[in-house]
Amino acid sequence: MYSKKLLEEFTNPKNVGIIENADGVGQLGNPADGDVITIYIKVKNGILEDVKFKAFGCAAAIATSSMVTQMAKGRTIEEAMHITKEDVAEALGGLPPGKMDCSNFAPDTLRVAIEDYQKKNKV
Amino acid sequence: MKRIYMDHSATTHVDPKVLEAMLPYFAEKFGNASSLHSYGQEASEALSLSREQVAQTLGAQPTEIIFTSGGTESDNMAIKGAAYMCSSKGRHIITSVIEHPAVLRTCEQLEKEGFEVTYVPVDRDGIVDLQFLEDSIKEETILISIMHANNEIGTIQPITEISKLIEGKGIILHTDAVQSVGKIPTDVNELGVDMLSISSHKIYGPKGVGALYMRDGINILPLLQGGGHERGLRPGTENIPGIVGFAKAMSIAHENLEHDSRHMEHLRDSMIKKICGKIPHAKLNGHEKKRLPNNVNMSFKYVEGESLLMLLDMKGVAVSTGSACSSKSQKASHVLSAIDPGVDYIHGSLRFTLGKENTMEEVDIVVDLLEEAVIKLRQMSPFGEDI
Ligand SMILES: Cc1ncc(COP(=O)(O)O)c(C=O)c1O
Ligand code: FES
Repeated sequence: MYSKKLLEEFTNPKNVGIIENADGVGQLGNPADGDVITIYIKVKNGILEDVKFKAFGCAAAIATSSMVTQMAKGRTIEEAMHITKEDVAEALGGLPPGKMDCSNFAPDTLRVAIEDYQKKNKV
Repeated sequence: MKRIYMDHSATTHVDPKVLEAMLPYFAEKFGNASSLHSYGQEASEALSLSREQVAQTLGAQPTEIIFTSGGTESDNMAIKGAAYMCSSKGRHIITSVIEHPAVLRTCEQLEKEGFEVTYVPVDRDGIVDLQFLEDSIKEETILISIMHANNEIGTIQPITEISKLIEGKGIILHTDAVQSVGKIPTDVNELGVDMLSISSHKIYGPKGVGALYMRDGINILPLLQGGGHERGLRPGTENIPGIVGFAKAMSIAHENLEHDSRHMEHLRDSMIKKICGKIPHAKLNGHEKKRLPNNVNMSFKYVEGESLLMLLDMKGVAVSTGSACSSKSQKASHVLSAIDPGVDYIHGSLRFTLGKENTMEEVDIVVDLLEEAVIKLRQMSPFGEDI
């Protein structure tokens, strides 16, 4: 069963949406598997000034996306790259055993968005 | 918060009349039906009466009823028991791709033991392909097991037609009627089946009890060895309170079948219509008419079923989903995969299963909450913008 904290995050997710002219975009998953997360980032002076997401997936996918965007916002790129699934799971009061795989998904998508930014800016 | 239960295919509450019938058999009439004294007689009388009641609702003889621990056991007993008994005659079994795991996993186990199993596909409406089934029959076929009604999409299978197809061929016909009993007629002679599985907790009876109907003249090997209970086919001291409750639940369901199913069918059709009217890109899974009176299974494009279920649960509405995200271990339901509603729909399914006590008012509340939840999730979805 999901923790209270995760359910709260799932029902009232933060940072839902799209960033127009984002500096980096990451997307992982596919509709046939039942989950897709897209993360948009805005970067200024090496800091993630804004982070937004869109997600199609289970309650854990949505809650972890919301959590990872909040954890990344205001951090340096280096710090954001190193947010782990354990960090996210812990911030949500734990995940049910069968759902630990989903928690990888949001931080990985964030890393894809950052790599996209780095590629575009040849950092 | 007022809670609304629309997951009656998962389980039902115990009917107060059922509970009342069971109560004396816990502390007062607690005897072992095999004992010779008066305590034993009380229990044994209750057991006989229950057997008669269950048989009557199925158009069967009391000697044809074997009490079990529920649907899973009945399915295992019927399929393995018949396969082991007939293995010298042949080792081929026919079933369908949309069976409950209690049947599918049992057949897979038999495959490991050297039996050959054909899994008959279904059409887009979730009805088994009769032609395919007929073409699959061969000399070595000993058993056909096709469910009467599907637990996820509620589709009703042509059991009577199958029984006619195999008339005189000496093939045993088993049906899993766990979802159909109490909702549509299940007279064993009209269906033409040799074996039929029932579970009590789906029809307002207690959990952990059920029965296997087994036609006179059919022989199976028992899965358990022990005393001579249930003619040696299912040894173990009988669960008298459970059996009494189960029989009472069967009687009530049988008596009210027409009334209850008409009521639920009315709610079902109205619910489907309202959902389709309010929510764009919603799709009914399974045949529109050949379905259980209480089953509404719909998919919503660009929405994932589990998150939809969770949002409804937060509002007090209990439903279920056949879709689980397939990242790693979790897979889309085998039933939905079989009818293939398309990649945009397959993970967005929700199953509402109505009960005899649900009302039109509840249907309206649930449809409104559902609309709200779908909109919310589509706004979050990376695909949702174009609708
Ligand atoms: C079609 C079908 N068969 C078998 C079962 C298993 O029944 P039980 O829970 O009594 O073991 C179920 C219950 O989920 C079912 O829906
Ligand atoms: S993201 Fe797929 S089960 Fe959670």
